[in-house]
Amino acid sequence: MDFPVFHLDFLGNRYLIAGIAILHVLINHGLAVGMMPLIAAMEWYGHKKQDPRWDKLAYKILFVCFLITTTVGALTGVGIWFSVSLVNPYSIASLIRVFFWAWFTEWLVFVTEVCLILAYTLTWKKWTAQGPESKKRHIRLGFALAFASWVTMAIIVAILGFMMDPGNWLTVNSFWTGVMNPLYIPQLAFRTPLAATMAGIIAMFLILFFTKKQDQFRNDALRAVGLWTLAFAPFVLVAGWWYYTSVPDAMKDNLGVSLGTLEFVDWQTKFLQIAVITVVTILLVVQFAISRPKLLPKVALVVPFVAILWMTGHFERVREFIRKPYVIGQYMYANGLRVEDYALLQRDGVLTYATYSNPLTEAEKAELPNGLSEPERTARLEAIQKGKDVFMNTCTRCHTGHGVNSITGHLQRMFGDQPWTPELTAGYIESMHYAQPYMPPFPGNKAELQLLGTYLQHLQQNKAPIPGAQSVGVIVSGAAAARSPEMTNQTEAAVQ
Amino acid sequence: MNAIPVPRDIPLPMPAPEPILIGVLVIFFLMHIVFVNFMVGGALLTFWYQLRGLKEKRFDDLAYEIASTITANKSIAVVLGVGPLLAINTIYTVYFYTANALTGAFWISIIPLVITAFVLTYVHKYLWHQMERMKWLHIGLAAVVSLLFLFIPLIFLTNINLMLFPEKWGTVQGFFSALMLPNVFARYAHFVLACPAMTGLFLVWLFRRKDDAEIAATGFERTELIRKGYQWAFWPTAAQFVIGPIALLTLPETQEPIHSVIAVFGVAILVSLGMAHLMFTETRRPAETIGKSFVPICVMMLVVVGLMGTGRHLYREAAVTPHRELVRAKTADYMRKVDEANRQAATAAEGSAEGVSQ
Repeated sequence: MDFPVFHLDFLGNRYLIAGIAILHVLINHGLAVGMMPLIAAMEWYGHKKQDPRWDKLAYKILFVCFLITTTVGALTGVGIWFSVSLVNPYSIASLIRVFFWAWFTEWLVFVTEVCLILAYTLTWKKWTAQGPESKKRHIRLGFALAFASWVTMAIIVAILGFMMDPGNWLTVNSFWTGVMNPLYIPQLAFRTPLAATMAGIIAMFLILFFTKKQDQFRNDALRAVGLWTLAFAPFVLVAGWWYYTSVPDAMKDNLGVSLGTLEFVDWQTKFLQIAVITVVTILLVVQFAISRPKLLPKVALVVPFVAILWMTGHFERVREFIRKPYVIGQYMYANGLRVEDYALLQRDGVLTYATYSNPLTEAEKAELPNGLSEPERTARLEAIQKGKDVFMNTCTRCHTGHGVNSITGHLQRMFGDQPWTPELTAGYIESMHYAQPYMPPFPGNKAELQLLGTYLQHLQQNKAPIPGAQSVGVIVSGAAAARSPEMTNQTEAAVQ
Repeated sequence: MNAIPVPRDIPLPMPAPEPILIGVLVIFFLMHIVFVNFMVGGALLTFWYQLRGLKEKRFDDLAYEIASTITANKSIAVVLGVGPLLAINTIYTVYFYTANALTGAFWISIIPLVITAFVLTYVHKYLWHQMERMKWLHIGLAAVVSLLFLFIPLIFLTNINLMLFPEKWGTVQGFFSALMLPNVFARYAHFVLACPAMTGLFLVWLFRRKDDAEIAATGFERTELIRKGYQWAFWPTAAQFVIGPIALLTLPETQEPIHSVIAVFGVAILVSLGMAHLMFTETRRPAETIGKSFVPICVMMLVVVGLMGTGRHLYREAAVTPHRELVRAKTADYMRKVDEANRQAATAAEGSAEGVSQ
């Protein structure tokens, strides 16, 4: 509506965010939040036992983490901002207005974290050589880094929790009511042991690279890190249970009860299964690593790691799952339109208030019905243009035309090869949110439903990719009246 | 149609008084850009000295010294960029996000490009000695890193420039057409010249504080190294006296007068003249006195950087203020309509409920 529409018609906009965010979460949890305390503990243990092998191993693991967290880790964090501001600028801009100071504080902690990881890594050898006092200082630096890493996660989780369930924020419009949303503490309690367990598995994997098979130290290191992993794994289950028993309360306001409950039971059952499989796998592999370290192949550690990724992925899905059809619970729908705006938009139409139009490319203009006269063709294209604008403004935040999660794919499944006439599709879209509680209601007026239907009918024949503003730019709406969805006689004829 | 778009803003209050947000934006952005200067300048100087190192080994050692500084500087540059990004998102939501979307493919490609540049920087630094036998490949890495570091700021600059001109939003088609808007290349040249200049000063600081053994390991005298730092600081700064005014003169016209902008940049030019004079004097000083003016030079540079940031902000405000008033009015009007439509819908719902109950 108010921003040019960035759109990826093959990949889908959500997958851009998801790809970047998942990579970031894995690195953040596995190599920063969970790993830094483990490395500091290793360094402390090596110093206590006066065993330099621990020190060397801890440094090697830290160096791997340093390389990855300061490149892919840091940049995917920024990438989440970039991608969200492209895909759904309305939601991120609203969240920033509410959470500016939380993000600002998180940023200050993040600056501290980066300075600490630089200092911790780059002073390791020098301070170790300077004697025990410097070494103790260095170990303290490691624990300070571990704490800073955890605090950054703790702040971000507040914002993630808010997106799912703003709690009292809608009525008491303040920062702290947003932060103390009901899913915050359970989510943080789940992520903390999850990060520690992930770090344990990754560290065990790295130990196999950094120690020799016949070296007794490999066994000692595997046993110690195995115990670390075993200590945290049960808490993943306990906190996971707490988290998802908190979910229904948060969810019930968003979804229609019957279908929502069925979906939730499905998610819950799967989560339980995956969590149990993951924890059992971890227990088995770690037990094996402790009791038969010499026989442990590297690939064996990949199994629990993949299981953890699977569980984390399923866990992250719940955020999508709970918040739909909203992007900010009860406040803003996934299409970026505020709940409060609906009365106006459904009365006057979305296009009346759209700042931009999304130009049709030549390829998109192809495949019109044969035998149209020039005026009919013009009118038809005008209707398709308006229908496309409705589509771009109300559907594309989640759907593509022909790519991943495409609208044509859904229509094909529902209506097959029969002609997707405006009557057919518009009739469905008008009431789809009753049948599909994950879908927001259609925000436009009746005329726009027909225009969208005409566009979808065109998409049945025209398979050209739908470009975003990043490649074809935008057309600025002149006067609102010129773009009013009140149909001209010609457009009306074309829609019929 | 080349109409000027007037979008609506996000209908939520600002999280803090505007001067505080502007302070966050300008101060932290300047801190960010200084470290970006060190990072880009460090990469360029490393590449240059590696090439010279092909003939004289000690230049290769000097290149290694400079390359070693990029690791920390680049991480600080990135992390310091997040705060101003947050502030610009908040203050200039409509302007910034619009520019981002219109150049979206290149804008999002910043992420993989920076990751690639950083990974290659690590490979270049940490495999320096292992790649002795593949020197050209190693230098090729430095060249690729330099090119990436030079290109990424151009994407940022194009965005920051595009956001100031709503009248161009309807005509731009992707990154390259936004790149062709007035002032982009002049500002870019201004930025690129600042990189070796700031890195030169950074090297003076570095070589003044290193101990004698570390200096001896480079194969240069301390005085030589400090002088090189000053030379890198001076010559690009001298070139700024040509490029800077071009950047100023090519600024597109704004509806609001920009006398204050010109005054601020005028003062910056005067302070720069004094600073450049001191830099040049330092390059000619003997070993006993070289570095004497380092602190005054740094203070003057700080003043110049502060004035540049202030001038840029004043220009940005002059460029967008009239349009922002239109945006505010349109947002307020829209919210009035939303309230009215909701009242109407509520009345209609009550009416139909009464109808049902009767």
